Amino acid sequence: MLIKLTGGRVYDPAHQIDGKVMDIFVRDGRIIDRPGNNETIDQEYDLRGKVVMAGAIDMHTHIGGGKVNIARLMLPEDHRNSATTHTDACRAGCGHAAPSTLNTGYRYAEMGYTAGFEPALSPVNARQSHLEMCDIPILDKGGYAMIGSDDYFLRLLAAKKDQNAINDYVAWILHATQAIGIKVVNPGGINAFKFNQRALDLDEQNIHYQVTPREILQSLTRAVYELGIAHPLHVHGNNLGVPGNVETTLKTMGAVEGYPVHLTHIQFHSYGTEGDRKFSSGAAAVAEALNKHKNVSADVGQILFGQTVTASGDTMRQYANSGHASPNKSVLMDIECDSGCGVVPFKYKDQNFVNALQWAIGLEIFLLTEDPWRIFLTTDHPNGAPFTSYPHLIRLLMDKSFRNDMFTKLNLDAQAMSTLTSIDREYSLYEIAIMTRAGAAKLVGLHDRGHLGVGGAGDITVYTDNPDREAMFAKPDYVFKDGELVVRDGQVVKVTWGSTHTVKPDFDRSIEKDLKQYFDRYHTMNMENYKVSAAELEDDGRGKVIVQESKGRREKTA
Amino acid sequence: MDLKELTSFRMENMTQSTHFPAATLEAVAYPADGLLSDDLKLNRDADGNLSLESPPCPKSKTFFGRPRTNAAPAIDGQPSTLEAAIEKATALFRHAKHPLLGGLATDVYGMRAVMNLAESAGATIDHMNSKSSMKNILVMQNSGWYITTLSEVKNRVDLLLVIGTDIVSYFPRFFERVIWNKEAMFTENTAEREIVYLGGRDLNTTPGVSPTGKQPDVLPCDLDRVPEVLAALRAIVAGKPLKTDNVAGISREALEKLAERLKAAKYSVIAWTGSALDFPHAELSIQNIVGIVQELNKTTRSAGLPLSGNDGDVTAYNVSTWISGYPFRNSYRRGYPDYDPYHYDTSRLLAEGETDVLVWINSFNPERLPPKSNVPTIVIGHPAMQFEQAPDVFIPIAIPGLEANGAQFRSDSSVTLPLRKLRETSLPTLSDVLSSIESALKAA
Repeated sequence: MLIKLTGGRVYDPAHQIDGKVMDIFVRDGRIIDRPGNNETIDQEYDLRGKVVMAGAIDMHTHIGGGKVNIARLMLPEDHRNSATTHTDACRAGCGHAAPSTLNTGYRYAEMGYTAGFEPALSPVNARQSHLEMCDIPILDKGGYAMIGSDDYFLRLLAAKKDQNAINDYVAWILHATQAIGIKVVNPGGINAFKFNQRALDLDEQNIHYQVTPREILQSLTRAVYELGIAHPLHVHGNNLGVPGNVETTLKTMGAVEGYPVHLTHIQFHSYGTEGDRKFSSGAAAVAEALNKHKNVSADVGQILFGQTVTASGDTMRQYANSGHASPNKSVLMDIECDSGCGVVPFKYKDQNFVNALQWAIGLEIFLLTEDPWRIFLTTDHPNGAPFTSYPHLIRLLMDKSFRNDMFTKLNLDAQAMSTLTSIDREYSLYEIAIMTRAGAAKLVGLHDRGHLGVGGAGDITVYTDNPDREAMFAKPDYVFKDGELVVRDGQVVKVTWGSTHTVKPDFDRSIEKDLKQYFDRYHTMNMENYKVSAAELEDDGRGKVIVQESKGRREKTA
Repeated sequence: MDLKELTSFRMENMTQSTHFPAATLEAVAYPADGLLSDDLKLNRDADGNLSLESPPCPKSKTFFGRPRTNAAPAIDGQPSTLEAAIEKATALFRHAKHPLLGGLATDVYGMRAVMNLAESAGATIDHMNSKSSMKNILVMQNSGWYITTLSEVKNRVDLLLVIGTDIVSYFPRFFERVIWNKEAMFTENTAEREIVYLGGRDLNTTPGVSPTGKQPDVLPCDLDRVPEVLAALRAIVAGKPLKTDNVAGISREALEKLAERLKAAKYSVIAWTGSALDFPHAELSIQNIVGIVQELNKTTRSAGLPLSGNDGDVTAYNVSTWISGYPFRNSYRRGYPDYDPYHYDTSRLLAEGETDVLVWINSFNPERLPPKSNVPTIVIGHPAMQFEQAPDVFIPIAIPGLEANGAQFRSDSSVTLPLRKLRETSLPTLSDVLSSIESALKAA
């Protein structure tokens, strides 16, 4: 099958293409340079006047796994007003803040997204996460395995095992969980909460293991780097949501000693304690530090107003926040000497001082951070807002007058505490394409996605240029997934099953001796059953597993 | 046996011994048990017969050791081909206004097919154990909870409080696996763990005796009075005055002492099973358990442990939830997922004649027969199922974790284990059967 996309205005930052009119050819799902003279074009799309980008990539979205399914299960009221019926292409489903897997795939694709990454895959729960994600149609997906509060790792650290042992364990986890990255959530804090510690700052010790979050961050950023994994350690820092946590965030950037690190939903970690209410924006300081530390990237975790649900591995902080639950219920769990989870429904209100300021803080971070290759567009779906609000968020970034109009509707005390209206920056289409395509692919380590160069996958989104950016990004004209037309005029017309992206760095397999002993002594499942095989994901015809290249194991750095 | 059958029988046996030779199999889980203990060791002979070598577990022994039967599909009790059985099932479906997919004892792969067929046919789904499971799901949807998982219990619990059950009637290996384990990361001497049984009568509390002979505390009461005992305990834990000396035969002092022990514990766990709390509106009592845990967590650590998952019920509600948004007692008859825990209850739908075809899916335990009714019934299930009254259609299927690959959720829902095909079979999987019916319906 040979497809020609004719005459679109192309934004492909991976190749420094900024609005150039050009043709794109896709043969059998891959972008090619130019077909031979004797080849017949099977399909041609006239894209003159249209905007063409690679399919968008959400590098941090909670779409599969235990806590996401708990969110679905505990919120029937969220689903009742969002039911969808069977169409020619789609099965029925429902869900607004916590949509069903089917609706997750359909709605993402209808916004021009072709990949999404689950950022908090509990290793012990990896099988469920993948089984769920395999039931998300169209999208490619993958997960970041969450470690750092698991007892095996903390035992290694407490026993002062050398960095090689840590690296082998991290690599083993990536293989065992079919993940593409490593995440740490409230480093050591999920574990500390099981010992009844209620807070854990960067240099505070876990009372059982006597190790600090700083040590955890250092060993894991280094492990990820030395294993040659593209995606830097993905960090949900300590003290999420706590006024004054901007200090922790700034210290965390320095703690990793120059190793690459990604700080996720940084909006929730950028709070000061100024003002009458002891809650203020730390955005300027955070953006300045991001501009300075070239080894650090971040995604924002923007909040938008309305009903949503927060789902996190951070049991310690979710327990503390459960008093704010709306509706008033929460599910919290200690999980398998591995991790934890907390699911707390939340309703962000523009007349609430704290929520209004959170909204402004997120936007300030977007606008004050200079390098769009190191800042990413997320709402930490569904924690800040459901992913379906992305077109609205894009308009807030691209349209200053719209943003300022929205600002005037906020709680007045919050308005007085924010400098947002003094910022003139408007994101360009090129910068949006960096944040949501080229930059995201580079950050996650997807070598054949997020760009429109030769050899790239045929994941392509076509929009009609519209000064109302919300309308434009909500309804693409066409979305192609691996070269197949899956969305036309913002509606799914064909359902395909995407792939799962993984990374498989080398490691010393003899570590399984110690791991097996640990499982036999302390776990309730056999180590062999803990490991998820690629075949389990590929069974039932739900797409395939792709192993993305890693750079190869680097020498120990010290 | 005619020549064709004989050939296929030989072929099958050749495939059996070629692909599944005699061997000792390790790390196998019994797929119908909520604890999914995966430490079973089985012996397989060249004909695919299995026997449990260790550990001693009567339920697993029966399950794996059950003799293979030459079950064939049947229409009205008469043997038929698979094609004819599927055709008949499709015809029943085609004319039905409100099909019910019940039983649902299967695994993740089977449930995916269930959801697809339900969506295509506008059917309702409900699980054979939903009466028990719904009690917990309603609590989760109404107030939420703080709960824990088996390995946390195994390594951390210092005080186990069991409500209205002995646990072992449902999960025989519970104490062996996660209480009296020799080693634990955070308990120096597991034999010192404290066990308290609260509520119920005539419980088998012997498994609660520690390996060193330490006796558990037993505070018995009639099951239907468990609600007031829990309400009283919650009040005491929360520091509310209790103006009575005795609740359901349990003295106030005993409850106050229990409250003190819970507060002093570092990691108490309160366990229950939905099935044992067999009285009306048990969800309100579970909410009191949740309330006790919530109060304890203000100063120390505590967690609930709802035990369930037999016959794949945790799998069924998880898969249904991710695909449709809702657990079982969920219906597509309006064209979109519609959840109603009261309306879409199998016994109510059958009793009131609201469903006009019942599909009973039962992969694991041949004794779980479809509920008696006058509704046309299709049974898709374990090949050893025997019927008093032959269903309209019976289709025997490969058993997940024995004759088919799959995946199964454990009681605590955090762990999903792989199920492996351990021997050859000529039977189709549930997914094969349901997909064929769905395709036939769509083709029509």
